[in-house]
Amino acid sequence: MTKEIIRIENLTYQYAHTDKPALVDINLSINKGEYLAIIGPCGAGKTSLALSLNGIVPHMTVGEMRGKVLVDGIDTTQTQVRDLAHIVGMVFDNPEYQLSQSTVLSEMAIGLENIGIPRDEMLKRIVVALEIVGLSGLEERSPLALSGGQQQRLAIAAALSMYPKVLVLDEPTSNLDPMGKEEVFAVTARLNQEKQMTVVIVEHEVEVIASYADRVIVLDKGQIVNSGNVNDIFSDIDSLDGIGVRSPQVTAIASGLEKKGYHFENLPVTLDGADATFSDWLKQGKALA
Amino acid sequence: MSNIIECINLSHVYPEGFTAIKGINLKVKEGEVVAILGQNGSGKTTLVKHFNGLLKPTNGTVSINGIDTAKQTVFNLSSYAGYVFQNPNHQLFATSVLAELEFGPKNQGLSNDEIEARVKETADFFQLHSIINEHPLRLSFPLRKIVAIASIYAMQPSIFILDEPTTGQDHGGAEKIRKFLRKLQDDEKTVILVTHDMPLVAEIADRVIAMWSSEIIKIANPREFFFDLKTMEKTKLQQPQATALSNRLQKRVLNEGITLTVQETIKALEKVVNQQIN
Repeated sequence: MTKEIIRIENLTYQYAHTDKPALVDINLSINKGEYLAIIGPCGAGKTSLALSLNGIVPHMTVGEMRGKVLVDGIDTTQTQVRDLAHIVGMVFDNPEYQLSQSTVLSEMAIGLENIGIPRDEMLKRIVVALEIVGLSGLEERSPLALSGGQQQRLAIAAALSMYPKVLVLDEPTSNLDPMGKEEVFAVTARLNQEKQMTVVIVEHEVEVIASYADRVIVLDKGQIVNSGNVNDIFSDIDSLDGIGVRSPQVTAIASGLEKKGYHFENLPVTLDGADATFSDWLKQGKALA
Repeated sequence: MSNIIECINLSHVYPEGFTAIKGINLKVKEGEVVAILGQNGSGKTTLVKHFNGLLKPTNGTVSINGIDTAKQTVFNLSSYAGYVFQNPNHQLFATSVLAELEFGPKNQGLSNDEIEARVKETADFFQLHSIINEHPLRLSFPLRKIVAIASIYAMQPSIFILDEPTTGQDHGGAEKIRKFLRKLQDDEKTVILVTHDMPLVAEIADRVIAMWSSEIIKIANPREFFFDLKTMEKTKLQQPQATALSNRLQKRVLNEGITLTVQETIKALEKVVNQQIN
């Protein structure tokens, strides 16, 4: 059994009426159960790449595509978006764009009705999905009366009810307050850890990515310019800075000290890691070395 | 220094009966940078919309530069207080960046030479010359937001009200906005910043106002505020990561006091290390 769930081969995509491609020769393999973060400056192609995973690119956009995107072995160019929804669930940055129904329950039901899931099965899936995102009991509420974090969790639940193998989230917290952000990240982490869901997330919050992601890919000008685990990626603070991407504050602190002549074995990327690194460094007088 | 904004017992009840803010007492001095923090729905935007007359108090009073806003139009107040919306699409309407920048100064009745000078200075500072003839809605969201900020800057108000200026910006865009805020600070403009960007608050704000459930529950300087873990927990706000780190280290190894920014934390750590050496 292959561990690979998504395979992108030589993907180049150029939107109509633009003078350069949004994605340039992307090669990427994503394994089942991975939590993959895509980072990069605005206009780097992050959203285009995310949209290529469920067929919105190229089916619902105008442009020219070369190369191949295989999702669970299925070629996205040969399959309709609605058939890919079973495999790849998609959550966008603004939950209001995604929500259309008058109650949470009907919001959850509409996608399932569209694909002809029987009523009993439908209700079962809805109960499970709302439970996972922590919205049980709010079935009769209007989606518009929910907080931003709740709306975004509802959008995740709706995607989950299709039993996708991969959940793709495009800047899911950019319109949320700190509470909402935390709620949404916690749900993605739980899905990944407890349900082994493959998560692909486009995100600017590097502190959060550093604690959740197994792997980070860095996009710039449509190309993958770096790929690795969170330590590899964020320790390379100067390269990130060069393309306009921030590293976690704790990494910047260690890097700042290195520039003053101190040395660390590894630059920390999370708060826990930094706590350990600096406590050790200060106590042992390692700075003297 | 005089109070440029003064709210006395300010409340606002929306027509459908929702009390968005209540019992707000607040004085802002000229040249201050004040950050208003709180979760969505806590009343931040309702509060700041009173500062340029977009909303009028349903109870209490708001004075801007000593003028009671209840008796003024938004147009009259706009020379004092410029408001940058969270969503630039709610603000931009002209067909080019140039027209967008000219609009405010034209309405202020400035001469053509003055308008030209304002537009040039603004375009210089925000580096907009290369897109000056573009349609604002054809620009990327982050750039559109910069244009929205620039078009308020062109009016040179005394008070800048910025609603989530760094949201949706990448690192580069956020740096541009930081530079802009520092310029306003140097120019002694009054800045009201509504934001969830805690590192920005830690770097820039003179004072923090924390809102919860329609009320102000804390007014403090950033250092005091981010160290007040009880209020942080109550408002479900988080310290910047640099502050959280120094907070943790302080318990064990650091006695340099709480730090707010990356640079401060580097200095504090270095000082401790140098003490070890000596």
